[in-house]
Amino acid sequence: MDQNLRELYQEIILDHSRHPRHFGPLASANHVAEGHNPLCGDRVKVYLRVDDKNRITDVMFEGRGCAISVASASLMTEMLKGRDIAEAERLMGGFLNMVKGETADGLDADDREQLEVMAGVSAFPMRVKCATLAWHAMKAALDEKGTARTE
Amino acid sequence: MNAESTFATPGAYDVAALRRDFPILARKVHGRPLVYLDNAASAQKPKAVLDALTSFMVSEYANVHRGVHFLSGVATERYEAARRRIQKFLNAEHEDEIIYTKGGTEAINLVASSYLAPRIEPGDEIVLSVMEHHSNIVPWHFLRERQGAVLKWVEVSDEGELDPGDVARAITPRTKLVAISHMSNVLGTKTDLAEIVRIAHARGVPVLADGCQGAVHGIVDVRALDVDFYAITGHKLYGPTGIGALYGKRAHLKAMRPYQGGGEMIREVTRDYVTYADAPMRFEAGTPPIIETVGLAVALDYVESVGRERIAAHEVALARVATRRLKEMNGIRIIGEARGKGPIISFEAIGIHAHDLATILDREGVAVRGGHHCAQPLMERFNVAGTARASFALYNTMEDVDALIAAVGEARKVFG
Repeated sequence: MDQNLRELYQEIILDHSRHPRHFGPLASANHVAEGHNPLCGDRVKVYLRVDDKNRITDVMFEGRGCAISVASASLMTEMLKGRDIAEAERLMGGFLNMVKGETADGLDADDREQLEVMAGVSAFPMRVKCATLAWHAMKAALDEKGTARTE
Repeated sequence: MNAESTFATPGAYDVAALRRDFPILARKVHGRPLVYLDNAASAQKPKAVLDALTSFMVSEYANVHRGVHFLSGVATERYEAARRRIQKFLNAEHEDEIIYTKGGTEAINLVASSYLAPRIEPGDEIVLSVMEHHSNIVPWHFLRERQGAVLKWVEVSDEGELDPGDVARAITPRTKLVAISHMSNVLGTKTDLAEIVRIAHARGVPVLADGCQGAVHGIVDVRALDVDFYAITGHKLYGPTGIGALYGKRAHLKAMRPYQGGGEMIREVTRDYVTYADAPMRFEAGTPPIIETVGLAVALDYVESVGRERIAAHEVALARVATRRLKEMNGIRIIGEARGKGPIISFEAIGIHAHDLATILDREGVAVRGGHHCAQPLMERFNVAGTARASFALYNTMEDVDALIAAVGEARKVFG
């Protein structure tokens, strides 16, 4: 198996896809949005609980998709909990840059290291949309848009 | 039998020699030899087709049906000869029963728009199967949305078989058309089209067949089938993209309103009125894909020079072996095992999403399609988000089957 593939499907990604964190609905959510990729049929629903100080106090997701999209969503929920909205958006910006193979400026070292596991997807242009779906849904939830599409 | 050929079945041919006719098969993908098993999406092109496109443009090209000059005459002759080539390929009775379209999708949309739409009253019904491609679903949804047509779905069995009796049971006095695939692009199921036509005609209902796969993997005789409309596309038949055809019975075409308006499809245009040309020109507004029709005719010559029955036997033999070997692996579910099916295998590797599987196979040089294959109602029927699909063409080999099986094994290793 080639190196790119090994990096894409590294153990931590497979682990997130098999055992997604924060998986399921969140009854107390006050921001919800769905992400849908009509080309492959992948769906994700992101639930956020944001308090009056703009802090994400809880986050959950549910849906179905490939290992990349599920792992990316799971990783995202791990990273978002406890952050404020501005930080969440900065994370998303850094993540989008990283999966496109660009440098992820404006992230602190810890965040960059955590997100780095998804960087392998940049070698697979046809799969970048899988990785970004949940993040777009999260952004749509914060922007009260309701749905996000990647295609 | 050629000594190089590792694959031999009764009626088989020298695959190694044929492969040399397809230049792209010599290339590598990710450093591996290309194993192209996405033929149901589109087939690769033989050199004869590539050369024909170039030489036509180099020495014979002009617009058709317009000029009185020399090249216009030559190009028009080639263009109309291609129509007769398709007529012969489908065994249509008349050449004016062949309408050029840009593909199967446009052929079906033409029937929806020009034949069926004027005949639909609210509550009228269209019978179609759950295994149709979106191109044989969405045009009928248009008539549902715009004119109140009702879609009546015919189910398939767990094996993917379609019982013509279920078509009979779906037909009512309000049925205006049966729209059915000749071969499923997902399951490979070959429908009993002749029987479906017989049943529908006995109730006075015409039948449209989506032949985009069916015409690739066997002999199609529209007269023997007695089918009213038959849609084909060129690029799956080793021809160029942008060219397909609709076969329609002359009596239907005569009674159909024009499709698009423009040049070439008229008899007379005045300030106050317009009169239309007869079929096929009535349905071919604007400058057609002239070069592509020439390429398609050469592709059909190529297919017939190899032999359609031999091709079908070769492909099915490979697909049978691939199916058996996939089933011997752990955690593989084949979706679609109809008797007499074509060389299209949809499968699911339990615990591996179709796109992950397709990505891993791709890195091994194996091109398969992963996803819903433009057949979402069928995905819902089999309760899968998507499948991986390996589909065979005349140039595939037993080594391709070996590569597919090995690559699926690699995916199993990655995902445990």
